[in-house]
Amino acid sequence: MQSGLSVDVPAIEVEGVSFRYPTTEGRERIWTLDHLSFHVDAGEILGVVGPNGSGKSSLLKVLSGYLPAGEGDVRLGGLSLGTRSQADIARLVAVVPQEYAQVFPFTVAETVLMGRFPHRTARWWSMGIGDETAKDLACAHQSMIDTDVLSLADRLVSDLSGGERQRVTIARALAQAPKILLLDEPTAFLDINHQIEICSLIAQLRAERRLTVVLVSHDLNVASQYCDRVLMLKEGRLCRIGSPDETIRPDVLQMIYGCEVVVDAHPQTGRPRVTMPMNIVRN
Amino acid sequence: MTDLASSWANAGAVLTVHRWMAVIGGLLLASVAILVLCLQFGATSVDVKTVATAIMHMLRADQEGAATLGTSEIIMVQIRFPRVLMGFFVGAGLAAVGVTLQALLRNPLADPYVLGVSSGSALGVSLAILFGIGSTFMLLPILPFFGFAGGLLALLLIYRLAQSKSRLPIHSLLLAGVILNAILTAFIMFITSIMEPNRSAGLMAWLMGSLTAPNYPALGIFLLYVLCVLVMLMHKAQSLNMLTLGEETARSLGVETEGIKKWLFVLTALLTGAIVSVSGMIGFVGMVVPHAVRLVIGSDHRLLLPASALVGGMFLAVADTIARTIMAPAEIPVGIVTALTGGPFFLYLLLWRKDRMV
Repeated sequence: MQSGLSVDVPAIEVEGVSFRYPTTEGRERIWTLDHLSFHVDAGEILGVVGPNGSGKSSLLKVLSGYLPAGEGDVRLGGLSLGTRSQADIARLVAVVPQEYAQVFPFTVAETVLMGRFPHRTARWWSMGIGDETAKDLACAHQSMIDTDVLSLADRLVSDLSGGERQRVTIARALAQAPKILLLDEPTAFLDINHQIEICSLIAQLRAERRLTVVLVSHDLNVASQYCDRVLMLKEGRLCRIGSPDETIRPDVLQMIYGCEVVVDAHPQTGRPRVTMPMNIVRN
Repeated sequence: MTDLASSWANAGAVLTVHRWMAVIGGLLLASVAILVLCLQFGATSVDVKTVATAIMHMLRADQEGAATLGTSEIIMVQIRFPRVLMGFFVGAGLAAVGVTLQALLRNPLADPYVLGVSSGSALGVSLAILFGIGSTFMLLPILPFFGFAGGLLALLLIYRLAQSKSRLPIHSLLLAGVILNAILTAFIMFITSIMEPNRSAGLMAWLMGSLTAPNYPALGIFLLYVLCVLVMLMHKAQSLNMLTLGEETARSLGVETEGIKKWLFVLTALLTGAIVSVSGMIGFVGMVVPHAVRLVIGSDHRLLLPASALVGGMFLAVADTIARTIMAPAEIPVGIVTALTGGPFFLYLLLWRKDRMV
């Protein structure tokens, strides 16, 4: 099985991966991602943090096969990305983008069913009409239950709130029946209530479906509370990777972000918690 | 799966075969009714019975019967019938091009006329006419090729603009289209100004968007051509759904976006080129029709594309009937009718419905 992931092989292996965007002539080309090497185990949640422009989103795009790695190799389940077709990758990796950017009025159910696209077998005479199999419908149904959007199935996505929309996007990703879930700032535009909701959902999905999750976040506390390991990027280079206790530390954060922060222990989990220091507040 | 069938899957939340058949079947019936209705009106109006006998004669194609045909039946068979059918397919093609461009550019106001794609095709055809390629016939298969080339160039230019900053805001894209349109129209005006007056008058009338009665072989070729391209577009309807989510998301859902985009560009340019070469620049059908259809039946392109084509066909058949009759026995170009109905609708969408278009 090409799409399958064996338990022994890490879900994602990144070896010496570099990437740079093509720039106009005359300007120096800077590596957006600079020789990164790490791996993510099956069933692990890896948080990716770093300052603006450190290459977090680009890393996610390389992992999803959208951007080709200029150097090095990305292997998913032991197989190099370059050898897989787009549909093959889509059956293995699902991406939850930062924003749901849809201009046209699609319903929630239609949007979630789009996640079944890589599993379709095209019949040329049907022109796509009625291609949804019972399995497609069942899979979309379960995804909507898991993300609690089933009651919204016939609503237009454009009429939903930000949190609901994010859950629909996650439902679409789950409908792909992926082994790996890549999320780009899943809590960026959400209030605290929805932030908790989405983060718990991700943790729950990982437990239920044994998903491997890579989560890019600006929120260090999200990374600390919900991730097994945290990868820290600065200027495209991997600065540190390890458990939240090893990475979310004042000295490490000082090095990466260049500012002082207060780190104490979360009262419930004991994991590191980041707050702004007193002297930030000016009067 | 009974619980699924009773919940969202059959409740109109997603497209089912049943709903597809119902909508398309209904629209096909409506199309036939509209076509019969349109046949009755014109400089001389003809009742339904004569329309029916004329069509019967034509279907049997009996040479004996042809001699006994009355004037109104001759008008019917030789002029009105081919013209109405031509109008229907031109409208269907324009609406299909509109749907495709809107999904490709992720912009609900995209339209081959507004974006300058039609002008590109028109410039291609005008150049061919200027250099005496083909003949005064608008229908020789050589002219659609020039229309295709011009339309494709304009389309690629617009797409480059739209892509240059990941996604061009709707208003900027329209502005770019307006400017491209102005430049291309200037070239066309230049061409007409250096032509002999009697030839340029014909060119001008064609440019304003007008339908004429084609001969039957030409009509046959045109209908077959439009049908083929429509079917090929239908095969990519699922991919159009995915492309509305943005290229990156479409890719992550397993769509080979690069290849499909190129293929869709070629198909839209092929369709625009052929349509412009037979009917000139008929505006706003490609924008108004898909917009209205989408409001009623939703955005799934597997249904939106054929439904828009049928509604577009009906819309243009009616518009052309108005153009033929309102100043009878004189005719006005149908492009004027579509612009006068579509233009205000476009303004309304642009000014008062901003909220629904990001």
